[in-house]
Amino acid sequence: MLHDKDRIFKNLYGEQSWGLEAARQRGDWDGTAELVAKGREWLVQQVKDSGLRGRGGAGFPTGLKWSFMPKQSDGPVYLVVNADESEPGTCKDREIMRNEPHKLVEGCLLAGVAMGCSAGYIYIRGEFVREAEVLEAAVREAYEAGLLGKNACGSGYDFELYVHRGAGAYICGEETGLIESLEGKKGQPRLKPPFPAMVGLYGRPTTVNNVESIAVVPTILRRGASWFAGLGREKNTGTKIFCISGHVNQPCTVEEEMGIPLKELIEKHCGGVRGGWNNLLAVIPGGSSVPLMPKSVCDTVRMDFDSLRDAGSGLGTAGVIVMDKSTDIVKAIARLSKFYMHESCGQCTPCREGTGWLWRMMERMAQGRARIEEIDLLFDVTKEIEGHTICALGDAAAWPVQGLIRHFRPEIERRIVEYTKNARAAA
Amino acid sequence: MPKLTIDGQEVEVPPGSTVLQACEAAGREIPVFCYHPRLDIAGNCRMCLVEMEKSPKPIASCAMPAGDGMVIKTNTPLVHKARKGVLELLLINHPLDCPICDQGGECDLQDLTLFYGPDQSRFEENKRPVADKYLGPLISTHMTRCIHCTRCIRFIDQVAGVEELGAVHRGEHMEITTWIEKALSSELSGNIIDLCPVGALNSKPYEYRARTWELKKTESIDVLDAVGANIRVDSRGSEVMRVLPRLHEDINEEWLADKSRFSYDGLKRRRLDVPMVKSEGKLAPSDWRTAFSAIKDRLEGVDPGKIGFIVGDLVDAETMVMVRELAAAIGTPHVDCRQDGAKLDGKVRAEYLFNTTIAGIEQADAVLLVGTNPRWEAPLINARLRKRQLQGNFRVARIGAPFDLTYPVEDLGAGAQTLQELASGQHSFAEVLKSAKNPMVIVGAGAIARPDGAAIVALARELAVACNMVRDDWNGYNVLHTAASRVAGLDLGLVPGEGGRDVAGMLEGVAGGIEVLFLIGADEIDTSRLGDTFVVYQGHHGDVGAHAADVILPGAAYTEKNAIYVNTEGRPQRTKLAVFPPGEAKEDWKILRALSEVLGRVVQLNSLPEVRARLTALAPQLRAIDVIEPAAWGEFGRPGELGRAAFTSPVQDFYQTNPISRASAVMAECSELFVRGAAQGATGTHG
Repeated sequence: MLHDKDRIFKNLYGEQSWGLEAARQRGDWDGTAELVAKGREWLVQQVKDSGLRGRGGAGFPTGLKWSFMPKQSDGPVYLVVNADESEPGTCKDREIMRNEPHKLVEGCLLAGVAMGCSAGYIYIRGEFVREAEVLEAAVREAYEAGLLGKNACGSGYDFELYVHRGAGAYICGEETGLIESLEGKKGQPRLKPPFPAMVGLYGRPTTVNNVESIAVVPTILRRGASWFAGLGREKNTGTKIFCISGHVNQPCTVEEEMGIPLKELIEKHCGGVRGGWNNLLAVIPGGSSVPLMPKSVCDTVRMDFDSLRDAGSGLGTAGVIVMDKSTDIVKAIARLSKFYMHESCGQCTPCREGTGWLWRMMERMAQGRARIEEIDLLFDVTKEIEGHTICALGDAAAWPVQGLIRHFRPEIERRIVEYTKNARAAA
Repeated sequence: MPKLTIDGQEVEVPPGSTVLQACEAAGREIPVFCYHPRLDIAGNCRMCLVEMEKSPKPIASCAMPAGDGMVIKTNTPLVHKARKGVLELLLINHPLDCPICDQGGECDLQDLTLFYGPDQSRFEENKRPVADKYLGPLISTHMTRCIHCTRCIRFIDQVAGVEELGAVHRGEHMEITTWIEKALSSELSGNIIDLCPVGALNSKPYEYRARTWELKKTESIDVLDAVGANIRVDSRGSEVMRVLPRLHEDINEEWLADKSRFSYDGLKRRRLDVPMVKSEGKLAPSDWRTAFSAIKDRLEGVDPGKIGFIVGDLVDAETMVMVRELAAAIGTPHVDCRQDGAKLDGKVRAEYLFNTTIAGIEQADAVLLVGTNPRWEAPLINARLRKRQLQGNFRVARIGAPFDLTYPVEDLGAGAQTLQELASGQHSFAEVLKSAKNPMVIVGAGAIARPDGAAIVALARELAVACNMVRDDWNGYNVLHTAASRVAGLDLGLVPGEGGRDVAGMLEGVAGGIEVLFLIGADEIDTSRLGDTFVVYQGHHGDVGAHAADVILPGAAYTEKNAIYVNTEGRPQRTKLAVFPPGEAKEDWKILRALSEVLGRVVQLNSLPEVRARLTALAPQLRAIDVIEPAAWGEFGRPGELGRAAFTSPVQDFYQTNPISRASAVMAECSELFVRGAAQGATGTHG
């Protein structure tokens, strides 16, 4: 369990003010100029040494990502912060922007320096109205205090930071879809290659990072890479904000050490599963895009990237959705399918056509109005979508359904048999 | 040069190639829907997925740059499964109404499904219907069939250069549409019908009229402007059913302008299909013998010096050979092929050619447009200019009336005075032309067909020389004609001989000393002053010329004869007979041959090969089909007094520039909507 002294987000619950003065008392903006003065090589190396992996879902090492940016550039390069947090079950970035916006703002400056960026853009989800107001106010405060803009923090480095509000499309959280949207176009993911580190925002090299990844950077730099690397376990270091929702006694957002056992996380912070651990049916451990895990897996699994991958799921955004035995699990996954159908951008074939098909079949499965063979068809359709799309939304739509079939096929079959029997009796 | 291994076979491809191109180089066919070599890569259909070693997922070969050492597999179970999956997904919401779909028989979705797709549907839900869209009088839509490849959006955006199509909504509700319901205003809009891989975008005039496999396909040449676009004429029986573009990299690539594509219904209307003779003030149907003898009777005793010939814009080279020979046999110097009064005497060939060539535009880096509106005079040349513009480092300036050419143009001035400033080096744009590597000047027909035309030609020549536009390896002096017959006419010397009258002179009629006037397809003229002049009109449409005629000799339109036309570049090309001329109408050279016999002034050219032999004797530069004989530079133009009038384009209504398009109901609708309607501020949905 994480000690209070190792907590990065001390005001995660908004007990103190989010403002600059309170943030300074919590240690933000302390000696930023000296950190800037150590230069981009040092900054990147520190982040690499800390073992920080991207907190947006894919878990790509942040320091490595930063090192892809060109060392020399004949024009501007950009930092883009992905604050379009829309993953169902996830509300960590929201809390950071509400209560710790200065960690993000300072992180933007330091990340900007580490990659030689002249400007950063924070693309914030349109529904986050209050959060955007706080963030905009925090940026304004930072400008007024001379922490951003020309000669930021008195370091001699010029860095501009802009907050841009999205219009509320899930797909604009995909990094290239976000860039398109930021440029004023329809939010549709771009083909890769070229990757944003070569051709990104306005055709310039760009790095897109998650809010949490950026917000932890100042603390890592101040307390040292080895401190961060000392938390968690190898390749899955540091702390992480978990968002636990669903059938627990006290749903919460909490910062914990990476690799904490799922059971411990739920029992310590959420007062346990509703009706006791044995009442647990399944857990979706990383936001709606990852496959669910049945109770047998949940008993022992640790909450980090590699453990969850080995368990056939993923850490994703660490939005833990807990479902007890009262859950209509098929209907629950059908609801996720509807979400992906609604949020598909429509650009490429498998996702545009396939997500709607999945949802319609899932709705019938939830009722049992299907044939047993159709379960295989459903699985086959997820395979036609998975890995064939431009971005990962196709995979995200396919995986929950695959997880359901893998772990709960008997339940689906039971409903079909029951429905067929009832239908016959009625006839 | 990256070297790849495709299915075990090594290929080397030029740098910048894609994996798809590498696969094609290795002889592997990769199925595609959204990919089109002339458009940006979208990579959205996912049909071209192939397996790449070390990649966990199959890759979209159309979008992946070919890299050295890549190992690609195109024939594995994974690839087949991916293709089959994509096709299944494309088909679930596709209406499968192939039996009533116009695209049936030439549909990419049909063909690829046959090769790679599933043989039955597993989809049991309801299909998604999509409301059809209004895109104007040329394109009909069946949006439920759309597979969202976005080729149409990309074409309209990139090639046509009008941002009028896009996709709204997302996911399965995504729809291709003009945001505000309106007709597509591009002159190239018809090309999206060809680009559409399914039957979502169809030709409105052709819709439900024929099935592709019933059509006879004749490869021919378009003559409705001077570009000479290569076309395919699809006909059934005696009727032209549609006109499609044919690939010619140096002229039209694979595009076609809307006028050339959709005017064909004009070939069926207002046709002259029987000889007519005026009696008691009214034209009455007759026969060839009567018509010929009426001409013979009238010519009896008329001084050859009072007989004139005006040759129109759609006349083929063979007919012009006959005109020339017949005029010579009669002994009249009054022959002219320049209906618009262009001040080109045809002595130096470089004076009247588009010397740079259309493909050559892509090598240019600065261009000056003089009194021309290429968007309406030659949309395909305008598309080439836009293509060059998109590649960057290309400046376009214009002297003449402002008009949206779909790319940025610097407006320098309105008339000849600005040209004079440039020629004398006083204007700042002269420096741009001088410092450019391959500068061009394009002189439009509007700048030449005016009283001071010869002086303007002289100034343009002076400018070309001053800016080093004419070198051994580059000729940047260009004339953009609007008449398909013009270059051949000038090549054959169809200009007034010693003491001869030009078009304006002949149109003075009796007062100007012309008693008998032959109008060979001449319709862009003012016949009001002809008075008692005896007019013989030979042509295919009842247009201006026919209205003034005393005798009408029905001829053949361009789809009804094997004939040579020379485009504005000086490139001779052949049309082919797709359907026979209607009724009594005959091929034009034959009419003149027969007439010469009746008149007792026999022209001894008795077959098409003989006419063509005479043609190449008169104009050796036309001997090789589809080959441009580069024209030698020389002295031309005549310095003189410059008029103050601003330059105007001869094309004031793109959709109605010749007898065929004026007879077309489709073109009339377009003209109403885009030209006259636009002038009134109508939106296309106003009524």
